[in-house]
Formats: sequence, structure tokens, C-alpha cells
Amino acid sequence: MDKQNNGMNRRTSLKYMGGAAASLASLSWVGCDSPEDTQEAHEHKHETSDELKISEEDQKLMDQQFFTEHEMQTVTVLANLIIPADDRSGNASGAGVPEFIEFMMKDQPWHQTGMRGGLRWLDIESQRQFQSKFIELSEKQQKQLLDQIAYPEVADPRMSQGVNFFNNFRDFVATGFFTSKMGIDDLEYKGNTANVWKGSPPEVLERLGVSYDDVSGWDFA
Amino acid sequence: MQIKESPKTYDVCIVGSGAGGGMAAKTLAEAGATVALLEAGPMFDSAVGDMFKWPYQSPRRGAPTHRPFGEFDAAYGGWEIDGEPYTRAAGTQFDWFRSRMLGGRTNHFGRISLRFGPKDFKRKSVDGLGDDWPISYEDIKPYYDRIDKMIGVFGVNFDRSLGLDNEPDGFFLPPPTPRAYELMVKKNCDKLDIPVVPSRLSILTRPLGKRPACHYCSQCNRGCSTHSNFSSPSVLLPPALETGNVTLITNAMAREVLTDEEGLATGVSYVSKDDNMEYTIRAKTVVLAASACETARLMLNSKSSRYPNGLGNSSGMVGKYLMDSTGGDLAGIFPQMMDGIPYNEDGVGGMHMYMPWWIDNQKAKLDFPRGYHIEIWGGRNMPSYGFLGGIHNYNAKFGNRDGSQRPNGGGGYGAQLKDDYRRFYGAMVGFSGRGEPVALESNYCEIDPNVVDKWGIPVLRFNYEWSEHEILQAKHMQDTFEEIIETMGGKLLWNKAGADSNYGIHAPGRIIHEVGVARMGKDAKKAPVNEYCQSHDCKNLFVADGSSFVSMADKNPTWTILALSLRTSEYIIDQKKKGNI
Ligand SMILES: Cc1cc2nc3c(=O)[nH]c(=O)nc-3n(C[C@H](O)[C@H](O)[C@H](O)COP(=O)(O)OP(=O)(O)OC[C@H]3O[C@@H](n4cnc5c(N)ncnc54)[C@H](O)[C@@H]3O)c2cc1C
Ligand code: SF4
Repeated sequence: MDKQNNGMNRRTSLKYMGGAAASLASLSWVGCDSPEDTQEAHEHKHETSDELKISEEDQKLMDQQFFTEHEMQTVTVLANLIIPADDRSGNASGAGVPEFIEFMMKDQPWHQTGMRGGLRWLDIESQRQFQSKFIELSEKQQKQLLDQIAYPEVADPRMSQGVNFFNNFRDFVATGFFTSKMGIDDLEYKGNTANVWKGSPPEVLERLGVSYDDVSGWDFA
Repeated sequence: MQIKESPKTYDVCIVGSGAGGGMAAKTLAEAGATVALLEAGPMFDSAVGDMFKWPYQSPRRGAPTHRPFGEFDAAYGGWEIDGEPYTRAAGTQFDWFRSRMLGGRTNHFGRISLRFGPKDFKRKSVDGLGDDWPISYEDIKPYYDRIDKMIGVFGVNFDRSLGLDNEPDGFFLPPPTPRAYELMVKKNCDKLDIPVVPSRLSILTRPLGKRPACHYCSQCNRGCSTHSNFSSPSVLLPPALETGNVTLITNAMAREVLTDEEGLATGVSYVSKDDNMEYTIRAKTVVLAASACETARLMLNSKSSRYPNGLGNSSGMVGKYLMDSTGGDLAGIFPQMMDGIPYNEDGVGGMHMYMPWWIDNQKAKLDFPRGYHIEIWGGRNMPSYGFLGGIHNYNAKFGNRDGSQRPNGGGGYGAQLKDDYRRFYGAMVGFSGRGEPVALESNYCEIDPNVVDKWGIPVLRFNYEWSEHEILQAKHMQDTFEEIIETMGGKLLWNKAGADSNYGIHAPGRIIHEVGVARMGKDAKKAPVNEYCQSHDCKNLFVADGSSFVSMADKNPTWTILALSLRTSEYIIDQKKKGNI
């Protein structure tokens, strides 16, 4: 067991050395030297981490600001209406969704016009219907407005720009929430870890109405 | 400009370190040849890749801003590379994917490792289209056998009763147990007489040599930190470098092949991206393995008074008969998979089951020649950038939990939407057809007379159009996928593609199986290289990538590139011994 951990540590350290020289050295390589080692490596543990790693270029993007304060507030309110907290997990802003959307505007600048214009559209429509900006409306009023753009099939054609904006915004929120640690835990994704795959558990097979008897003619790993 | 000449003359100069170049370097160096290996990209070892990274460890959550298959994918490169343009003839399309890194595209490819079958070498004899290869399956079988054992590939030999007689046996490691949804595909396809069988991927399910077995993290495209899957830098280059016979020069962009008055190759000139200087390497034999189209580009750019049309191109066929696989996709949502039971469904980085081409086109009187295989994907993958995008298109399809319908249709927000994401996560299964095009002289790449890259090297201009053969095949894919999805009790995730979009066939180049362009043949007037991938015109020039393919198959190309490269390399050794080159 210790031996095996050493193998992984060697490997992990190679992982962070980086650079051409290190890569070349590791080509004639790595970790497991003896047959026992390779057998044991089958069960090896990898170190995973939650650490946010930000490159220099990404830091530069993060240092810039795209949304105005008002826009950021609107993004936050809107995102939380789309993904509110419930008994299983928190809301969109608790999962860092507004910061993610802010970053994407700089990372993929082609979204900027549609996003900024869409937020503006929302405020204009709020003014028209309720004489206030979107974030100043009551939650009930906000939902009244969203009901007009959140259901493409029944939306009034005159609201089509709002519908399109909301479709895109909903997608951004979904990615932001469900790729966060909170969202991944919410979905109960269990993977991204070293393991030995032995097939799907009986309850899953039963649910889908299938059985490994259907493939018993083949030998699996 | 000063050109720096290497003082040494190598036995062989190989251009490109991917599947073809890696195999050639290993084989030739182990036989004692001194090898200069030129690679246009930087060093890479998958031990330093992004395995196990969570999307939230990056502020862009894995978005494909800089890499076409996402931030954590191992490819340095893509369909567009700064400073390295290519062009297209008006009205045609070919999207050229290039990986500029040690090992090329093998670092992040899908590891689907299929032998071509007996019929795949003799298609003209079967349906009268294109040309037969000058070699048969029997000629290449011993090399496939050795590659299976050298690199490691899982799979099974198919029972004769399945009728898959164009899917040859191999030497397989045990395949991973199917995922539950893959069993569901099989159960339903049994009703349709479509065989669903264990897939064949070059991933170790048992340790092999120094390489440990897979630990089932499902992230093969990021590169495997334990080298348990196949890539050239994980499997081929370490033994090549260990011989001490290989001089590896990275960031070396080959410009042209140099020749003497007799018309023999004398080496390769290249520009170093490290210092922007020009260099030449002298070598007694030159092997081009820069990916098929780049190999054609090098040949066409190597002009001299003796070779005014480019080196090895007296036939005029260099660049012609370019092929990419056909591709079409469709996915479904399955109520029985909704609200799935949480468990780790990762498995290997790829499908555990697939469908090889199962129909005899002639007997079934299909309206197109050649077939396709079907790749299966879906299930409870790591949530990633683009998670359940476009949910408004489908979240009303199954109504509410209590069975009531949704009067407002798809979309929404709030508690119900959040619940929908949970219900739909993991409930999809998709099908991708990858098929065989017919080789046509009219699909080609050539040198653009007006455009150069940033080093002044003339670039390729592509000219490629699908014919009726491929489009009708794509139609068959869509119909088949729809039938499978419906038989499984699912609903289509998006509309089936129709005639207006050529049945959803991907643009040429998109499946990233470029082959052809310096095809092999016995007749020097019709083919640039002979059956050993040796130039008819210039006997010490060889190609070792997919450029020598006479036809594509309904299979992915890499296993055949590897087998041909091994065969060609051993032929070079043999010819050297005999004093012929
Ligand atoms: C996403 C993806 C999935 C794929 N899935 C599969 C699959 O499942 N199964 C399969 O069989 N195939 C698959 N392929 C295709 C497979 O990657 C290729 O068939 C294979 O890598 C081809 O090997 P090669 O040696 O010809 O080219 P490459 O592996 O691309 O290597 C060519 C090398 O040459 C270098 N080079 C290019 N030009 C020059 C120059 N002028 N001077 C010096 N060096 C140069 C490049 O930098 C590169 O390193 C996939 C490809 C991609 C991108
Ligand atoms: S699935 Fe297996 S082979 Fe692929 S990257 Fe993970 S450990 Fe390596």
C-alpha cells in the first residue's frame, strides 16, 4: 500500500513539474516499475482537488469588469429566479453563477451585445409594464414578466427578443450552477475518481429492465 | 537568410510524431537506425494533463473558448491555428483539424481501434466504385496482430453467427462491462436485428508492460496521467527514445524535402519555432507522417527542376482522393432513465458497446454503397460546460411528475425548472454514425497559389464536396437512429435532420479522419506510392500516415495507420539490408 502511494506521489510530482525538460524526463518513466506495482496500480488512489487554478491570462480577464453594478444586480436577481434555493441546495448566486457569467462575457466577447441588450430589454419592458426597473419590482411582478418570456411555445411573438435572451440566459445559469461544486453535489454525480468499474448496480439494471444475462456470452474485465 | 545545416547525416528523418511517425520512430530506432524526428509542436506528456479536474476549478468551467473539445481536452490546436491558415475553393468545404504537439492527435483521440476487414481493401470488387487496394487483409493482418499485443486494445472476437464477417478477430484484453443504458440499447436493437457488441478501444483493462490498467475516470480525451490508454508519447516514443538512436526536435516545422540531382531525398529543411531560424537535417531516407494532408503539402511544396509538380508527384495524384468519414448524430431522452439512481457511471473514456456496420448493401438493395458504424454515448457524465443546454426544447415532452401535461410547453424557471434539470440529467442516449465515403479524384487539396503561412510556407487549398453516396448514407443514419430511439421508448432530443440539411451530414473534415492524398497503387501513373508506401518516383521517400489509404472504411483509421507504418518501417529496414535504398 505504501509502495503504491509512493508510485502515485512520484506521478503527482511529475504532473506539476511542467515544462519541456520535465516532460522529456518523464517519457522514460513513470511510477510503476515492478509487476506487483502495476497490479496494485489498478487500485491506486489519485489526489483530486477543488482548488481554483487561475492562469495569468484568466486573471487579467477577471481583473476587468464588464457588467455595471446595476447589470450585475439584475443578473443576480434573474439567476436566482431561474435557480432558487430549495431543500437540496442553494440558489444560483450561492453557486457563483453571476461571477461565472461576468467572466464568460470577457472570455467569449461575442456574447456581450446580446447579454447587455437583453438586460436592457428587460428593464425597458419592466418600465413599460410596471413603471420600474426589473430589480425594483416585487417578486410577483418579476415572475409576471418572466412568464411572458420563459415559455417559447406560448410566448407572444412581440416578445420574441426577450424569449431568445431568456433562453440563452437560462443556459448560462444552468451551466454555472450545475458545474459548481454545489450543483454537482445536487445532481449526485459520483464519478471523477479512480475506481474499478464492475458494471451498473442491480437497482439501475432493474429500473431499465435489463440484465447482464443478456451479455453472458462474453467475458468482461 | 542563413540556413543552419546539421553536421550529421541520419539514417532516417521522420516528419511528425503522431500515430504514424511514432510507430516509425520506434520500429526504425529499435532496429538500430539513427533517427531525426521532427515535430512541429511542443513537448507533451499526458502525465501533466488535466485529469480529474473539476469544471469549477476554472473560471470558464471548461468552456471550449480556446480548445474545440473543451478547456481540459489535450489537443493543442484545432480547426483554426493562428498563423497557419488554409483555404477552400469557392462553394466547397473542408475543415482541417490539426494538433500541434508531441504525439499529434493521438493524445486526445477517441481510442476506437478497429481493424479494416477483408472487404475494406477490395471495395471496387464489391460495388464497382473507387479502387481496390494493392494489398489484402492477409498482407496486413500480421501487423495488426502485433499492434494489438504491443499497444493493448480491449474487445471480443465476434461469434460467426452474428454475421459480422468484415470485422476481423484480434488479440483483445477483456472489454469493460456494459453500462446499464448500453444494455438497454442492445436489448432493443436485438429486436431490430442490429447487433450491439463490446467496443474495441485501445485502453488497458489489464496492466501491460510498464503501463498500469485503467482506473475508469472516463477522461481519455484529456490524456491519461497513468498512460493506460494509447497515445504516441505514452506508448511509442518512450521505447524509441530509450534506444538512444532518436534525436527528437520539437517546435520544428518542416518546410520541404530536399533532393539531389539524381532525384533522391537528401533530408528535410525546417523552421524552428524556438528561434525562428532555418535548419536542414540530412538523412539517407525520409519518412513523412505529418498527418495525411500535411504530408501532401510537404510533397507538393518540395519542387525542383526534376520535380516541377512536387516530389513524388509525377502521377499528379498527390492531394487527390482526399477522404473524411461521414458523420451524423441523433439523441433521445428516455423516461425510464429520468430521475436516475445516482452511481458512478464513468467507466472508460468512451463507449463500452457499439454497433459495427451490419447490412450487406447489395443484398439489402440499399440506395447507397458502403456502411457506417454507430457509436453510443449518454448517461450520467460529469456535468460540464453546456449542461442540458436548450432544455426549453424538451422539458415539456414528458409532462409533470404527476403525469399532467404542461400547458405552456417547454422552458420555465424556478423550482420546477431546477427539478427538471435533476430529472433530465443522465436520461439521454445519443447515436453517432461514422461511415465510409467513396474516394473521388474530385475531392482534393492542392497548394494555394496566393497564400502562405507565417513562415512563408505555401498553404493548402481544399476542394471537397459530398456526393449522393454519402448523403443517402446520412439519411439512412437518421432513419435508423430514430427507429432505435423509438423502439427504446424514448423521444427525440432534437428534430431529425431532413433533405434541406443533407440529412445532417457533418461538413467534410469534421470527423477528423483525413486519409488519402498519396494513395498506394501498383501503377505509378495512378498512385504516388507503392504498396509499401514508398514513392514510385523517389525510392528513399516514404509516407507513414493515412495518406496512403486507397479507400476509407466504416471504421476509424488509426489502427490501420499504425499497421501500415510498422509494415513500411520494416520494409525500409529490409531494403536497407539488401542495399536497395
Ligand atoms: C477528437 C478526435 C477523435 C478521434 N477519434 C479517433 C478514434 O476514435 N479512432 C481513430 O482511429 N482515430 C480517431 N481520430 C483520428 C486520429 O487521431 C488520427 O487518425 C491519427 O492521430 C493520425 O495519425 P497521424 O500520425 O497521421 O497524424 P497525427 O497524429 O495528427 O500526427 C501528425 C503530427 O505531425 C506534426 N506535423 C504536422 N505538420 C508538420 C510539419 N510540417 N513539420 C513537422 N511536424 C508536423 C503534427 O504536429 C502532429 O504531431 C480522432 C481524432 C480527433 C482529433
Ligand atoms: S478512463 Fe482509463 S485510460 Fe482513460 S484517462 Fe481514465 S484511467 Fe486513463
